[in-house]
Amino acid sequence: MQELIYEVQPMKSHVFRPLWVVIGLVALVLIARFFYVPKSFGVHERGYMYGWYRAANVDDWNKVTVKYQGTDYCKDCHSDKYESIMTTPHAIIPCEDCHGPAIGHPSDPPKLPIDKSRGLCLRCHSRLDYPTSGRSKIRGIDPDKHNPDIECVMCHNPHKPSLEGLK
Amino acid sequence: MINRRDFLKNTAKGIAGIALPLAAFEIFNPGKLFADKSDSSKVRYVFLIDTYKCVGCGMCVKACKHENEIPYDANVTRTWVERYVMTKEGETFADTPKGARDGFTTSRIDLGGGKFQDIRQKDIEKAFFVPKLCNQCENPPCVQVCPVGATYQAPDGVVMVDRTWCIGCGYCIMGCPYGVRFFHPVYHTAEKCNFCYHRITKGLKTACVQACPFGARQLGNIKDPADPVTKIIMTERVGILKEEYGTKPQAFYLGLDREVK
Repeated sequence: MQELIYEVQPMKSHVFRPLWVVIGLVALVLIARFFYVPKSFGVHERGYMYGWYRAANVDDWNKVTVKYQGTDYCKDCHSDKYESIMTTPHAIIPCEDCHGPAIGHPSDPPKLPIDKSRGLCLRCHSRLDYPTSGRSKIRGIDPDKHNPDIECVMCHNPHKPSLEGLK
Repeated sequence: MINRRDFLKNTAKGIAGIALPLAAFEIFNPGKLFADKSDSSKVRYVFLIDTYKCVGCGMCVKACKHENEIPYDANVTRTWVERYVMTKEGETFADTPKGARDGFTTSRIDLGGGKFQDIRQKDIEKAFFVPKLCNQCENPPCVQVCPVGATYQAPDGVVMVDRTWCIGCGYCIMGCPYGVRFFHPVYHTAEKCNFCYHRITKGLKTACVQACPFGARQLGNIKDPADPVTKIIMTERVGILKEEYGTKPQAFYLGLDREVK
């Protein structure tokens, strides 16, 4: 029996050339990806479907400035105002709802702009008798009939809102 | 004729050549993808809304816009308050003018397109206010559809948007069944409520919770059994929005009506 001898032909360069091009492109994409994608980008606690993100972004959101400081921030310097309003039904309203966010106060801005507009009071005190809503329990007025042309603060003191406290 | 030496040499070269690029494809490694799905975080933020307490003053919306730097006059907002009025004839009206940024100061329902309808007091069967915000779903569809990994769920359950990574395709805005997402008018990236992440991680209340005089909004940690919000969710009758979507929303409502979508 004759022994079969195969001569291994070296593969032609025209086959390899496009292959090198493809390999080069893939390598290029992977190198670019390595430098472009941030280090913390990847799959995190919630898995690939919900947790594929740049983890450093959580810190970005944590750096947002806190604007509303809360009533406790006001009560030490403005203890007189704080204590007087605490005896009224308006005690539940945070200071900053009417006085605006206290960020920077008292250094900058030294005075907070106070919203004394009629619209602010009407948010609660425009009468809407809605059953099963807390709104119906608030004493309200019809804004079209109750002194429509003047500001509420002309007669009412928001820090002493009872009708006995009329100016 | 290939000899043993060449065969071994070429095999070693070939394997080395294949192994190197594969290492760069680690993002497709399913073993790594599902390795740390186990939930080790001790915090899971949830929200509780009491629609009986809400009076529709809209102070929450105002505070949210200031706190989260959403342009005040742009008609977009991370949270809003809806008014529902059902008449004795069985009609339902719902509106949220400017997202209730300025509250509800009139009984006229905003029908849109500059049309208003006043409903007489004696025709009202029931009427109430419903604050809305992101539900921070356990299965957030907005995150699934993001093609670039710009929106995600943090380990504590809050869904956030990476503004540097968002390409503005808007898939997430379309994908949210609750309509809580919009384009930020300044950054031109997807924007949404993130439970005031910069506040809650410092132990503060969210801006809307702090601004609400009536306690209609509360933030809680569902993983803490001693949390007062957790106790209410566990022991009282709470509802969620659009349960049929399977998104597992984490904003719970007291006094939810079937007309509220």
